Amino acid sequence: MRMNETWVNALVLLGLVAVPGWALMVDEPFTITLATRAAILALAAVGLNIVLGIGGLVSFGHALFFGLGGYAMGILAFHAQTYSALDLGFIQIEGSTSMPVIWLVAMGVSALVAAVIGILTLRTSGVYFIMITLAFAQMFYYFAISWAQYGGEDGLSIYVRNGFPGLNTLAPIQFFGICFVVLCLVLLLNARVQASPFGLALNAARQSATRVEAVGLDPIKLRLVAFVLSGAITGLAGALFADLNRFVSPSMFSWTLSGELIVLIIIGGVGRLMGPVIGACIFVGLEHFLGGLTDFWHIYLGAILLCIVLFGRGGVIGLLTGKEGAHV
Amino acid sequence: MSLILIIEQILNGLQFGVMLFLMAAGLTLIFGVMGLINLAHGSLYMVGAFAAAAVAGLTGSFLLGLIAALAAAALAGALIEMVVIRRLYRAAHLDQVLATFALILIFSEGTRWVFGSFPLFLDIPAALSGPVTLPGGIEYPLYRLALIGIGLGVGLGLWLLIERTRIGIQIRAGENDREMIAALGVDISRLYTVVFALGAALAGLAGALVGAIQSVQVGMGEPVLILAFVVIVIGGIGSIRGAFIGALLVGLTDTLGGVFLPELFKLFMDGGAAQKSGSALASMGIYLLMGAVLIWRPTGLFGARA
Repeated sequence: MRMNETWVNALVLLGLVAVPGWALMVDEPFTITLATRAAILALAAVGLNIVLGIGGLVSFGHALFFGLGGYAMGILAFHAQTYSALDLGFIQIEGSTSMPVIWLVAMGVSALVAAVIGILTLRTSGVYFIMITLAFAQMFYYFAISWAQYGGEDGLSIYVRNGFPGLNTLAPIQFFGICFVVLCLVLLLNARVQASPFGLALNAARQSATRVEAVGLDPIKLRLVAFVLSGAITGLAGALFADLNRFVSPSMFSWTLSGELIVLIIIGGVGRLMGPVIGACIFVGLEHFLGGLTDFWHIYLGAILLCIVLFGRGGVIGLLTGKEGAHV
Repeated sequence: MSLILIIEQILNGLQFGVMLFLMAAGLTLIFGVMGLINLAHGSLYMVGAFAAAAVAGLTGSFLLGLIAALAAAALAGALIEMVVIRRLYRAAHLDQVLATFALILIFSEGTRWVFGSFPLFLDIPAALSGPVTLPGGIEYPLYRLALIGIGLGVGLGLWLLIERTRIGIQIRAGENDREMIAALGVDISRLYTVVFALGAALAGLAGALVGAIQSVQVGMGEPVLILAFVVIVIGGIGSIRGAFIGALLVGLTDTLGGVFLPELFKLFMDGGAAQKSGSALASMGIYLLMGAVLIWRPTGLFGARA
């Protein structure tokens, strides 16, 4: 069966709304939580897909930004919850329980760290880039473990979900709505970026950096902008994820999460707009159903992944539309 | 802060460093010869540790455990090379990362399936237990001293193997030009399997040796794997000499940083805060070292290619 990619995309988004809608009617709040989890993981993977799919940079450390977003939420909400000021040395700021404020901080911090790490790592390429991004994420992981003020290894619990003006975020369906709208907005942004001169140049730099240089563009600068944008989006997802669980811990920085984000993209299809969304839905579905059947569901995930890598290029979208994925 | 403590910590750092070298040597060898990034190397470390703990538990002999670790890891390495890895040599790095990530999932969960979630324990052999007195009156665990000796010995053996034997010549030739040595009649696919099994055996040996001073559990391989990555990024990917220098640097930085940074901070901060910021900085020490090396030399200390 060969389908038009636009139709596939529309169907996926429709499905992602229909499932929690149905769950609301039959009163299954847990299913709504699952859908919210899928939407947030999709958002994180959309961020990664900008550098991985369009830019061709295999970042094996995107959990770093996910964790930064999570800790941005955790720290702000912790100070609001304990009525203590956050002392930055030169300035003291209040905590916050307002989602928009937290999102801005999460994206700002992630973008800043992405810029610094990008400047360091984008001088390298290939295997070096993979290992170095992994190592930097691990650095933050160990830092979070040793940072006793914010829970250290045990993490930080936030008792009340942060608020959004005009909505009751504690109602699962309303929180899902927030996450879904954010996901759609970011997907829209992603589509616009992909079609913009910047996106085209980035794509070209993946295919041949030398030629891009020859027409007067700097591939490293293009990649740096993409890396910062990508980090900010994944950071935003991290803040939402922390709000979903009302809990942050060093495991948000863990290298398995970085690996899983890449896996989501591969399952869906590399460099596809909706690849991460399909991948996240399938991943959360597998996790739920296989996880219910056996404690060892990671074996099956590993086997599926091996088959996709060895035999099926292009992921699910490639399968449905008959087009191969981007070569990274 | 006495001289004895400093020497003890330097020995601890060396011991950590040579064990990292065993891991990193295999990784860098596999990358140098086959151009493959192998995330499942940490799983082979775990396989070695579990094999050693299981066999030593059954027979009561640490030596048999070590032999079992070498054999099991080399066998597992040869097996995954022939079934999976062989198809990835010409594939993109992303595919290599994913396939070996999948192997980690399969190995970790498979081991949990067989051995359960509880850690196993591997005892230090009686002949090597207890402290030994070094010149200068320093008491140091004999086992850790033995680890340093074994690590250095394996390093020397590896150097002899690569520089002085026929298979070493083939390995070096394979790094430079795989078509040419295939044309000269070397069975390249057998050579790759042998190199992969050799790297796996080194990882398994490290797992078994370290397993006796830590607990043997699922997931023990990945933190070491990531440290080994840091080592070979610092040393230069593909260079065994780089892996050796990098491993010692990382081992010493991590061990000495954890002990001395809090002490250093106490000079200008009060005790509790110094302890906290010192250990937080120490936990990031090796990554800062890596960042510094990369700014100075983007391909590592001894790396030739990117």
